[in-house]
Amino acid sequence: MSGPAPKSGLRKGTERFLRAIGFSGRGLVIAVPTLWLLVFFLIPFLVVLKISVAEPMIARPPYSPLFVHGPDGWSLKYTFDNYAYLWQDSLYIKAYWSSVKIAFVSTVLTLMIGYPMAYYIARSEEPKRSLLLLLVVLPFWTSFLLRVYAWIGILKNKGLLNAVLMKIGIIDQPLVIMQTDIAVYIGIVYTYLPFMILPLYANLVKLDGSLLEASADLGARPLTTFLKITLPLSLPGILAGSMLVFIPAIGEFVIPALLGGPDTLMIGKVLWSEFFNNRDWPVASAVAIAMLVLLVIPVMLLRLANTKQEDLI
Amino acid sequence: MAAPTLAAEAKPWADPAAKPFIRIRNITKNFGDFTAVDDVTLDIYKGELFCLLGGSGCGKSTLLRMLAGFETPSAGQIEIDGQDMARIDPHHRPTNMMFQSYALFPHMTVEKNVAYGLLRQGMPRGEAMERVADMLRMVKLEDFATRKPHQLSGGQQQRVALARSRVKQPKLLLLDEPLGALDKKLREETQFELIRIQETLGVTFIVVTHDQEEAMTLSTRIGVMDAGQIVQVGEPQEIYERPGSRYVADFIGSVNLFSGEVDASGTDMLRIRSAEADGDILAPPMAGLKARQGVWVAVRPEQITLSREAPQNARNVLQGMVEEVAYLGNLSIYRVVLDSGKVVRVTKANLSHEESPITWDERVYLCWNPAAGVVLTK
Ligand SMILES: Nc1ncnc2c1ncn2[C@@H]1O[C@H](COP(=O)(O)OP(=O)(O)OP(=O)(O)O)[C@@H](O)[C@H]1O
Ligand SMILES: [Mg+2]
Repeated sequence: MSGPAPKSGLRKGTERFLRAIGFSGRGLVIAVPTLWLLVFFLIPFLVVLKISVAEPMIARPPYSPLFVHGPDGWSLKYTFDNYAYLWQDSLYIKAYWSSVKIAFVSTVLTLMIGYPMAYYIARSEEPKRSLLLLLVVLPFWTSFLLRVYAWIGILKNKGLLNAVLMKIGIIDQPLVIMQTDIAVYIGIVYTYLPFMILPLYANLVKLDGSLLEASADLGARPLTTFLKITLPLSLPGILAGSMLVFIPAIGEFVIPALLGGPDTLMIGKVLWSEFFNNRDWPVASAVAIAMLVLLVIPVMLLRLANTKQEDLI
Repeated sequence: MAAPTLAAEAKPWADPAAKPFIRIRNITKNFGDFTAVDDVTLDIYKGELFCLLGGSGCGKSTLLRMLAGFETPSAGQIEIDGQDMARIDPHHRPTNMMFQSYALFPHMTVEKNVAYGLLRQGMPRGEAMERVADMLRMVKLEDFATRKPHQLSGGQQQRVALARSRVKQPKLLLLDEPLGALDKKLREETQFELIRIQETLGVTFIVVTHDQEEAMTLSTRIGVMDAGQIVQVGEPQEIYERPGSRYVADFIGSVNLFSGEVDASGTDMLRIRSAEADGDILAPPMAGLKARQGVWVAVRPEQITLSREAPQNARNVLQGMVEEVAYLGNLSIYRVVLDSGKVVRVTKANLSHEESPITWDERVYLCWNPAAGVVLTK
C-alpha cells in the first residue's frame, strides 16, 4: 500500500493548479452551484429565449434560425411578433390572469388549512410531532400523477365522495365537481399543502413559548395573543410557504389538465397546446418567457417583504 | 393623610389572626417522575416583599409560574386575595410576572412592549403612552423607547422586562431574578425603587433571587428553598442569626461549621465535643438534644476575633495559623488553619490607625462568645 505522502502531494498539485487558474477553496464551493445554475437553468433559458424571437416554420426544428448566413456575411434575424401576438390574442391575457387567480385562491386556501396543522404539529410533544411530520411528507413517496388520478376516482360523478354523500343522505343528486375549477382548487391545495406546512412548521416550532405566556400574563386573551404575537412572528414562515405554493401553482399543468374542465384556463395548459397541438414553438416559448417574467416579479416582491420583515424581527 | 401601614413594621406574619393575601397550601408540581416543587405551604401577606432564595434548580421559578398560572399544580391549592386560583386563566389573574428570560416581544419596540398590558386592559392609547413614558423614565430608558429588544444590552432588556411587569400596577408582582444583569449602582437604585413601590403603593412582591445580599436588603421575609421544599421562612435577621439548618446557614452569608457531639455534662451552657475544633465548644443551650447526638455549631466569620496573645478568661478559644488574608478595603478576610486541619474564616473590620495588623503565617488565637454560636441538628 502506498503511504499518504504521494496522495497529499497529488492533492497539493491539484490545489496549486486550481489556484493558478483562479480558483480558491471558497471559490470552488460557490463554483459548483454556479455551474449547476449555468448549465441547467441559464442555458435552457437562453435557448427558449432564442426560440421565442424566431419565426415559426414548417421544418425541423419548426422555427427559423437566429443567425443567418446571407450574401454579406452573418446576420441576426429576430422578431418580437410572438410577444405582440400574446398581447393581441385575448386568450393569453385571460389565461395568465386566470392562472394568477387560481394560484392566489389556492394559496390562501392552503394557508388557511396548513397554518392550523403546522401550529398543531409544532405544539405537539416529541414522538407525536415526528409522526405527524412524517405523515405530512408521506404522500411524496407516491407518484404525483397517481395521486391526482386518485382524486378523479374520488371526485367524479360516480366517485367515492358522491357515493358516500348520497349514502348518508346529504344529497340525492351527485355533485358535479370533476372538470370544474373546484376540482382544480382541491387538487392544487392537496398537492401543495406540504410545501405550506413545512416552512410554517419550521417557523412556529422556534416560537418561544414564554412570549405567549408573557402575553397572557399581561392580560391578552388567547385570540389576541395569536393575532398580536404568534401571527406577526410567523410572517416569514407564511411568506415562504405562500411563495412555495403560489409560484409553482401558476404554471401548474397536470392538475388543470386532469381535474379541470374545458373552461379551466391556465397558462400551463395553453403552453402545452401551443407546443404539441399547434407545433408553434416560437409562440409557446414567448408564453413561457412571459410567464417567467410574471413569476419573477412576485418572487422579488415577496423576497423584499421578507427581508424587511426579518429586519423588523 | 394616612400613611399605608407597612408590612415590615406591622409584621402581620407574627399575628395568627391576620389574613394572608396569598395562601399556598401543600402545592406540589411533578414533571414526569421528577418533583420540582414538593408540598410547599406558605402564607404571604399584603404589602410584603417576599424573597425566594435557593440554589439553581430548586423550584423557585416553578413555584412562581404556578402563581402566575402557567403551570398547573399536581396537588395543592393556591389562593390569591381570597380567591381560589385553580380555575383562573393566566390572563385573568391579578398578577404580573417578570420572566427570568425576560420574554420581551421581539417584533415590538420597547415602548410597545411596555404598553402591551395597558392596551389589553382597554386603556386609551394616549393615556397608555403617557404611563409608558413615565415608566421608561423611571427605569432610565426614555432614550430607547423606539428600539427593538435585540438592539439593547442585557441589563437594558432586563429593565424593559421590569417596566413591562410593573406598568399595570398589579396587586401581586412576581419577579424572577429581576436585577441579575444590572451593574451594582443601578441594582441598588432599582432595589430602593422596588422598596419604594412596595411601601407607597402597597403592592405585594414575590422576588426570586440567587443573591443572598439582595434578599437581605430587599425583603420583609425570606423563604429559603432546597430541592423543591421551603426549608425555612423568616425575617432576614432571623434567618441570618438563627438558621435552622446547615443548608440555610451556608446559603445566607458565609459561616463556619464545627461538627461535634453533645456532651451530656453541659448545664447552663451546652458543651459540644468537637474534634474539628481540637476540643470543646460552648454554645447556647437548646432543648431536645440527646447525649452524644451529632450536631454542628455555626459561627459567623464576623463573630470571631483574632489576637496574638491568648485572650484572658474567655471561652471558646482556638489556635491556628493564618493561611491567607484578603484585603477588601473596609474589612479583611482571614483564612486560619486550625491544628486539626479545619479552615476557619474570620472577617475583621479595618481600623485606620492599626499598628502591625495580623498577617500571613502568624500563629493566632481565635475566640468567640458562646452566645454567638448556633447549634444545628441537620
Ligand atoms: N417543563 C419542565 N419539564 C421538566 N422539568 C422541569 C420543567 N420545568 C422545570 N423543570 C425542572 O424543575 C426543577 C426546578 O426548576 P426551576 O426552573 O423552578 O428552578 P429554579 O429554582 O428557578 O432554578 P434557577 O435558579 O436556575 O432559575 C429543575 O430541576 C428543572 O429541570
Ligand atoms: Mg429560575
